[in-house]
Amino acid sequence: MPINYYIFLSLALFAIGIVGVLTRRNAIIIFMCIELMLNAVNLLLVAFSKMHHLKALADNAATTVGTDGQLFVFFIMVVAAAEVSVGLAIIVMMYRNIHSVDVNFLNRLKH
Amino acid sequence: MQNVLQIVYLIPLLPLIGFLINGLARKQLSKPMVSLIGCGTILASFVLSVWVFLQVKGGNAHVAHYFDFISVGKLVIPFSFQVDQLSSLFLLIITGVGFLIHVYSTSYMQEEKSEHFGRYFAYLNLFVFSMLLLVMGANFVVMFIGWEGVGLCSYLLIGYWFKKPEYTKAANKAFIMNRIGDLAFLIAIFWLIAKVGTVSYNEIFSAANIAKLKTSDITIITLLLFVGATGKSAQIPLYTWLPDAMAGPTPVSALIHAATMVTAGIYMIARSNALYSLAPVTMDIVAYIGLATALLAATIALKQNDIKKVLAYSTVSQLGFMFLALGCGAYTAAVFHVMTHAFFKALMFLGSGSVIHAMGGEQDIRNMGGLSRKLRITFITFLIGCIAIAGIPPFSGFFSKDAILLSAFEKNPVLYGIALFTALITAFYMFRLLFITFTGKFRGTHEQEHHLHESPAPMTIPLVILAILSIIGGFVGIPDVLMHGGDRLGEFLSPVITNHSEGHGVSHSTEYILMILSTGLVLVAIIFAWFKFKNYQRTEEKGFGKVLENKWYVDELYDRIIVHPLNKVGEFMNSFIETKVIDGLVNGVGRLVNYSSRQLRLLQSGQVGNYVLLMVVSMVLIFAIQFFLRK
Repeated sequence: MPINYYIFLSLALFAIGIVGVLTRRNAIIIFMCIELMLNAVNLLLVAFSKMHHLKALADNAATTVGTDGQLFVFFIMVVAAAEVSVGLAIIVMMYRNIHSVDVNFLNRLKH
Repeated sequence: MQNVLQIVYLIPLLPLIGFLINGLARKQLSKPMVSLIGCGTILASFVLSVWVFLQVKGGNAHVAHYFDFISVGKLVIPFSFQVDQLSSLFLLIITGVGFLIHVYSTSYMQEEKSEHFGRYFAYLNLFVFSMLLLVMGANFVVMFIGWEGVGLCSYLLIGYWFKKPEYTKAANKAFIMNRIGDLAFLIAIFWLIAKVGTVSYNEIFSAANIAKLKTSDITIITLLLFVGATGKSAQIPLYTWLPDAMAGPTPVSALIHAATMVTAGIYMIARSNALYSLAPVTMDIVAYIGLATALLAATIALKQNDIKKVLAYSTVSQLGFMFLALGCGAYTAAVFHVMTHAFFKALMFLGSGSVIHAMGGEQDIRNMGGLSRKLRITFITFLIGCIAIAGIPPFSGFFSKDAILLSAFEKNPVLYGIALFTALITAFYMFRLLFITFTGKFRGTHEQEHHLHESPAPMTIPLVILAILSIIGGFVGIPDVLMHGGDRLGEFLSPVITNHSEGHGVSHSTEYILMILSTGLVLVAIIFAWFKFKNYQRTEEKGFGKVLENKWYVDELYDRIIVHPLNKVGEFMNSFIETKVIDGLVNGVGRLVNYSSRQLRLLQSGQVGNYVLLMVVSMVLIFAIQFFLRK
């Protein structure tokens, strides 16, 4: 498959993520949109990695060039998992305190 | 013997140490201790001065360099002392007369509280230090430091009794008037630096440097220096502070406002004689201003009734004489008169202090009279002072005044005529003062009459010494006509001072006639004063006498044309510029910041979505710039 498809898909995912973060007020949905953006990036990384790796294989059957992108994806997934646990904990605390997960209630820093 | 020139710095340093001790420990030290430190340091300086003087007389003049005071680029201003004929002579006058006045003060100021007593002596020592710096400095900058220092001490001592508002006003007046002159002096120094690139006397007055200067520059520099001198030495138009300066204690008037500080201007011009001799325009102005001041002050002195005011105007008048001599190019005569004047005017001021002391603070001569019976020593010494200032041979004033009159005659007989007339007035008002104060009936209160007494020894001994000096002080400058080689002062000063006029233009017979003329006329004036004032009765002044009594209304004139408009401008500044413009500007800045920050605050909505939106928009903008605009 041409690389363009992957790029368009991941751009679309990323844009959906941004729009979601910008427009939604529900903390959980915002959270999911952030995950969406992260995974859009992951997808792009994997796609490019695969592309470079295939190109390198043509010259040398035993090369590892291009695989580092896929490694990065694992790191991002680990960090995202850690972030999810913290983020969800915050959301739970938020719900306990104000009985809502609407982020617009949390504007007390202003006052 | 050479080594005294190496410790020449001790001469000003000792009074400075005295100032520090007396000033810092004035609350702890007892009065005798303060007196001892105050007088002792000056005496030590005097002894050193005599030593230095003898060395210089033996031909050991030199410049003692200590360190570089200012060093910027090519301009180097050293801190160094000029030990030569002129400065060593002034050293003698300052420390000698200064010591006598210090001794006198120990008794005169005895009734002051202990700490004020210490403060007084601290100021007095600081003054002597500054004055010594002024005359010893080897360049105009060091002189200027001393110049400012004496101005400060003058201010502090005039306002010594600071609890009386009119005294502090007099001190302010003296300080402000002096500042006007100081500014001109400062500009003159800048001008010198710009044109010559140095401020050291030796370099400026060297023939090569003078030849480089344009006549216009020399004229401007000398004129500015002269304006500085008119402030410090109380000449028209800046003389009005000196009579008011009599608010200070009497010994202060004697030391600062008669013997030493006010002669700083004469010292400066005598020091710069090489420049002045090349500026005929300035010389004329100096002579005319000097003569005008002499005449104006003498006429005012005719009608003054405050014993110290008479002496103050007399001082202004005598300083005018000295400037006349300077303007005629007879620098030696001016310095000579500085010396004799220091003797007899200090004598008379101290004498007046003795009278004031005996009268319990009374200064109005109309309330005195017949004091000669009770104050014998004061009377006799005061009489000697009067004879000396009147210029009767062989008293000191005769020789110095004769030298000045002769130089005036040589320049222009009209100047001579006016100067002689002024000398007559001088004799007349001095003897008027003497007769009203010391002869006739006592006109004060009964209590004062009972209180009358001769002053104690620390006050009378300086009087006697100064009286002796007033008699013999003139013998160092006997004119050639009377004794060949008699002008030892002129000879002594000849390495530093090149006189413009040597008195050679006048024949000996003319000189005799002039001497006899002036002496005869002065005697007539004295006799006239005797008949007019031996039995003085209080009368109201009318007509012209009233104008003189009110000092030609010069103070009122200055008030009207300078002080009053300045006050008006100040009021306008206060009511309009200050409240509207300056306050408006400052408050406006505050209001602007307030308003703009209130607008900016709206950006901080507190909504997370807004922040994220802004973040995204800015990131898109940055990417847009990166991709499309940057090439």
